[in-house]
Amino acid sequence: MHVLPFAINFTALSDFGFWAGVVISAGVFMLLALGLQLNVGYTGISNFGQAGFMAIGAYTMGIVTLKTGLSFWLSLPISMLAAMAFGCLVGLPSLRLRADYLAIATLASAEVVRLVALNARDLTGGNLGLFCTTDGSKCFDDTWLSISDTINGWLQDLGWSDPDALVPLMLVVIVAALLATVFLIFITKSPWGRVLRAIREDEDAARALGKNAFSFKLQSLAISAAIAAIAGWFFAFNIASISPTEFEPAVTFFAYAVLVLGGLASYWGLIFGSVILWTVLEMTRTIDLPLNADQQGALRFMIVGLVLILLMAFRPQGTFGKKEEMVLGE
Amino acid sequence: MEGSEAAAGLSRPSTGERINEFARAHARSLSLGALLLVTIAIVLLKGTHDVAQSVVDGLSLGSIYALGAVGLTLVYGILKLVNFAQGDFLTFGAYMAFLVNVTWNLPLVIGIPFAMFMTALLALFFEVIMWRPMRRRGAGLLQLLLMSIGLAFFIRSVIQFFWGTQIRKLDVDNLSSVTFLGLRVGQTELIIIIIGVVVLSAVGLGLRYSLLGKRMRAISDDIDLAETAGIDTQRVIYLTWIFAGALAGLAGVLYGATTNVKPELGFEVLLPLFAAVVLGGIGDAFGALIAGLFLGIVIQSSTLFLPDEWKTTIGFLFLILALVVRPSGIFGKAKAV
Repeated sequence: MHVLPFAINFTALSDFGFWAGVVISAGVFMLLALGLQLNVGYTGISNFGQAGFMAIGAYTMGIVTLKTGLSFWLSLPISMLAAMAFGCLVGLPSLRLRADYLAIATLASAEVVRLVALNARDLTGGNLGLFCTTDGSKCFDDTWLSISDTINGWLQDLGWSDPDALVPLMLVVIVAALLATVFLIFITKSPWGRVLRAIREDEDAARALGKNAFSFKLQSLAISAAIAAIAGWFFAFNIASISPTEFEPAVTFFAYAVLVLGGLASYWGLIFGSVILWTVLEMTRTIDLPLNADQQGALRFMIVGLVLILLMAFRPQGTFGKKEEMVLGE
Repeated sequence: MEGSEAAAGLSRPSTGERINEFARAHARSLSLGALLLVTIAIVLLKGTHDVAQSVVDGLSLGSIYALGAVGLTLVYGILKLVNFAQGDFLTFGAYMAFLVNVTWNLPLVIGIPFAMFMTALLALFFEVIMWRPMRRRGAGLLQLLLMSIGLAFFIRSVIQFFWGTQIRKLDVDNLSSVTFLGLRVGQTELIIIIIGVVVLSAVGLGLRYSLLGKRMRAISDDIDLAETAGIDTQRVIYLTWIFAGALAGLAGVLYGATTNVKPELGFEVLLPLFAAVVLGGIGDAFGALIAGLFLGIVIQSSTLFLPDEWKTTIGFLFLILALVVRPSGIFGKAKAV
């Protein structure tokens, strides 16, 4: 038989663990992109700070659980509130700025979060990250792991013998992403959401009608930040640690790739965008390409870069986007 | 709530508004005054020697920022393109110098012009295959911004594909230093300061007085008007990219020489470059040049008060502060942003 010079091994694709990994990453980035959809797609504000809001969510959860006596369950709403508060802190001075300045300001604020996480070692564990208390008696994901075991038990009761360890997280991420989607669709269709669109189309007109455009933009940003915080928890559970390298600006740019792949002003399109992107990205890792590790790592960035360039060049509204609702062309 | 706000707008300006108006009218003198006060305070607190030392240290970093920022601001002003790939132009320049200097084992004096030439070529290449067609289609600001992020990823990943992620060093002497007036300067830093001052003065004077500089400013103000006035705008745009690319290549080599050469080099300097651009007033090359030097000094001076690892954070906070307080730049005219 003729042997291909570069034999590529696709066996990984039949492995369930591979797809569970894809769905978890896709779900996390779906949550990030949902926030971007609300901001960019419906309100017309160029938020480039998702990585920072996500980091605030993950770190607040970790710090509250490990360094205070409060319970894990309490840490979740606290971390969402912290992300919303930070969203307001960033938004208050910067939302008045033009789109390009706003993009730079939000990007810089997310970098400030990451650098603080990197350097405030006593609080965040620095570049080692946050995982367990120093004596090892308590880890931030203890409660999550017991929930995960419980879900695993249920699945086995239902007759699924020995489900993959990632399955509970996968299910929870799917549920969270769907709930967030339904919530966002609901509020976007409400009168509140119509004001957002009015601001996107013509801010002056919305203001002339007596709408406080600035306050609506701030709310939009805060909601996006809260959803990013949820993404932050799942991100932390998935890799079982919270470390600054996971919150580089590239995370935000990947979320933008999901957004434009899915399409602007379409929440359901993001499911398509995130699953397609992460299937391809995870394939570059698991399929045996005749490349070294650095080159395989480079492929991920190359793909995301090409997705952004080609979509913006040839289909700026994205796959399922509505051209008449496109804000990128202004 | 909203109604009362509108009503307030009709009545006499409040004290806050009057203060705002005063600040806006005297922005330049106010910011320079504040700067002077802060400088005096720092000198009083830390002594002349320490301050002078950190200024000298900051100058080499500042020269690199200034070189990178001039191209970024020109492209921003003329094409209304927020070029996130500028940082990766620097990375590309550094790797071109690495190719000549280490792989081919030739002196860095040959590596520098080679890096500048190749980076200019790269910038020109993307203008021809990407930016010009997109302009013809009337692409919007955010659309171009996302494309430039994509391009940044692409350039970085191609570099990583061929050279790997390992950290490389250029063949420079980073150990010997020179002492004058009690101030110690590394030999490489001194060379960078000299190159920086010479090139930046030439660039500053050239852009201010040459015909090309005037044409660039004309296009930056109003591209249609410039075209009507008979300026070959496409030619000026090509020259702008060549100029921006060459300076970015130079900045990349110099940054690579003081630190090291790695694929994420460009991203490390990108936000400080944006800070210099914003601080100098977008589109204002001379402003970016001064702001770049100034920012290098500010970042280095922050180590007088804070541990070394916080200095990048200070740079970013400064960027946010600049955007919030004075988005038209410290030297810029107040205009709507």
